[in-house]
Amino acid sequence: MNDLLLKIENLEASINQKNILKKFNLEVKENEIHVIMGPNGSGKSTLSKILTGHPSYKIENGTIHFSNQNLLELSPEIRSHEGLFLAFQYPIEIAGVTNYDFLRIAYNEKQKYLKKEELDPLQFMEFIQILLGKLQIKNEFLNRNLNEGFSGGEKKRNEILQMLVLNPKLIILDEIDSGLDIDAIKIICEEIKKNRAANSSLILITHYPRILNYLVPTFVHIMIDGKIVKTGNMELVQYLEDNGYQEFV
Amino acid sequence: MNETKKKTNFEINQVINEPYKYGFETKIEKEHFPIGLSEQIIELISNKKNEPDFLRKFRLNAFKKWLKLKAPEWANLSINPINYNEITYYSIPKQKKKLNSLEEVDPEILKTFEKLGISLEEQKKLSNVAIDAVFDSVSIGTTYKEKLGKSGVIFCSISEAIKSYPKLVKKFLGTVISSGDNFYAALNSAVFSDGSFCYIPKNIECPLELSTYFRINDKDAGQFERTLIIAEKNSSINYLEGCTAPQFSQNQLHAAIVELIAFENAKIKYSTVQNWYSGNEEGIGGIYNFVTKRGLCLGKNSIISWTQVETGSSITWKYPSCILLGKNSTGEFYSIALTNNYQQADTGTKMLHLGEKTKSKIISKGISCGFSTNSYRGLVKIGLNAAYSRNFSQCDSFLIGSASAACTYPYLDIWNSTAIIEHEAKISKISEEQLFYLTQRGINVEKAIGLLINGFCKDVVTMLPMEFATEADKLLSLKLEGTVG
Repeated sequence: MNDLLLKIENLEASINQKNILKKFNLEVKENEIHVIMGPNGSGKSTLSKILTGHPSYKIENGTIHFSNQNLLELSPEIRSHEGLFLAFQYPIEIAGVTNYDFLRIAYNEKQKYLKKEELDPLQFMEFIQILLGKLQIKNEFLNRNLNEGFSGGEKKRNEILQMLVLNPKLIILDEIDSGLDIDAIKIICEEIKKNRAANSSLILITHYPRILNYLVPTFVHIMIDGKIVKTGNMELVQYLEDNGYQEFV
Repeated sequence: MNETKKKTNFEINQVINEPYKYGFETKIEKEHFPIGLSEQIIELISNKKNEPDFLRKFRLNAFKKWLKLKAPEWANLSINPINYNEITYYSIPKQKKKLNSLEEVDPEILKTFEKLGISLEEQKKLSNVAIDAVFDSVSIGTTYKEKLGKSGVIFCSISEAIKSYPKLVKKFLGTVISSGDNFYAALNSAVFSDGSFCYIPKNIECPLELSTYFRINDKDAGQFERTLIIAEKNSSINYLEGCTAPQFSQNQLHAAIVELIAFENAKIKYSTVQNWYSGNEEGIGGIYNFVTKRGLCLGKNSIISWTQVETGSSITWKYPSCILLGKNSTGEFYSIALTNNYQQADTGTKMLHLGEKTKSKIISKGISCGFSTNSYRGLVKIGLNAAYSRNFSQCDSFLIGSASAACTYPYLDIWNSTAIIEHEAKISKISEEQLFYLTQRGINVEKAIGLLINGFCKDVVTMLPMEFATEADKLLSLKLEGTVG
């Protein structure tokens, strides 16, 4: 039996006095893949931001536990250090900061938190080379400013590179397939599958079942109006394909 | 507003409100002049320093001009009235005899510079920089004099230059910035106390970077230093300047002049990290920094490059400029100005293209936090004879918080139609989404802001000489933790 990694109970959250999550419940164990599907505005992306501690959302009620810790008490960077990773739907561009500097700082901050050895620039270069090799990314990727002028595909691959650097326990993929062509989706999914840490879990937020051909889910959840209304497996996905969300609304 | 959001803003405030670490006062015996300004005071200064007649006349002449001038009011600054008769115009650490070497310097003063991270003891120094240290009104000591002397480079305090090289001083002093140039320049010309003098002879590439470190210590004294740098044909020099002051609740006046002269093919690179005390979080105290800096590209192909990192002072009024007279000469201005709390900065440059095919480049980065105002003011003038001249200007502003202000005043004055002028400007605000992205990757808010600011300033920081970049980094990170590398 795998250990419980994430437990969300009766979570209610709002932004600008508007309730987005309404008595939301979810349990994720180690080494599971959960898919959350649902129509636009059902609160899927909000969920990912609340889990990672975005300051704009207000928690009205409920609890979130992650690795037996009260997640809501942790700042976003501590949540990250503890192993929570969000691959952004729209990764943010940052001028003047090289990808290399950014990755090294992020890596060392986590090492520092875990009281492990930090890497100097040369050591980190060796470390990152191995990861670049795994993803078949060229070196020049490191010298470019963080996400600045990256194509949609490059931005998503950079998210995966960051995931490899931070080696998280729970990976949230917020519409990782948006803006990617079919071939790119396949490659990205293969890379995630191959390189994610042993026993790590995934929460996939998506509109399109296509991604599920590559990342086969343990559970499929349908989210409508701030809560999960139905949980199933791949058969549920097929059912949705044929009938849409109509009957769940 | 929810709780978490408030917390984020609070954290931002903590980061940019790092306390001023150089605010201590050194207790030493000082020799004071009576307060106030008059011909008698100027005579007294001149006599005290045993100055030659030409300099006494220069001072008195400047004083006469100053009496007729008014403080400029066009800058985007609100300045409390300054009573020039309540200021001490000359203050020196008391010493019994003439100093022959650094060993004779008051150990308290040496300790002050040690505390500031500046070692004046050559054997302890690792970096390749010669330093002139100016404490209140006088130069305390200059390092590496002998080593420089071998290549013919003169690097000493301006008082010493007046004594030892009066002909050179007489020939060049006040030729780039005349004694009546503006209100503050006239004041400086009348009462300047000390500063640095550099002379790089023909065909010499100065073997060391030269550096002056200015320290205001005295509460009631103004600091009026004056720097003169002359680079002869085919010579080059890298010059660095740093400034700090103790924390006092009253404002202190600093009105400096820097004159640079570059002959044919000469190159002068002048870098400043200005970290005078900026006043407290309510805007009380701090240095009034009124500085006139100007370089003259006299010979063809000469280059003058200004780089400044301005983080201190309660008021900054400063426009390091270039007169591009020599054919094909180049002027550059790279600036970072960071203001916080109630600091006000009105800074920029003037590029005066007079010769043919002259080029200039301006990159200005302004960062405003708290309730501060940060203005860029720049003039690009292309004269009638400056055919085929070029200018590129880029002025970027970065706002942190919602109470700070950034303004840009670019002036163009073009008299020759063959000129090519480019101007870029952008203004950005620190975005919550950027901060969230970085914190999600495990970088705390403090470090994240540092990283964003660092990225914003990168174009300019890379222009600083290696030896200085670290120091600049240190000073910048006093207010903004988390520098890269």
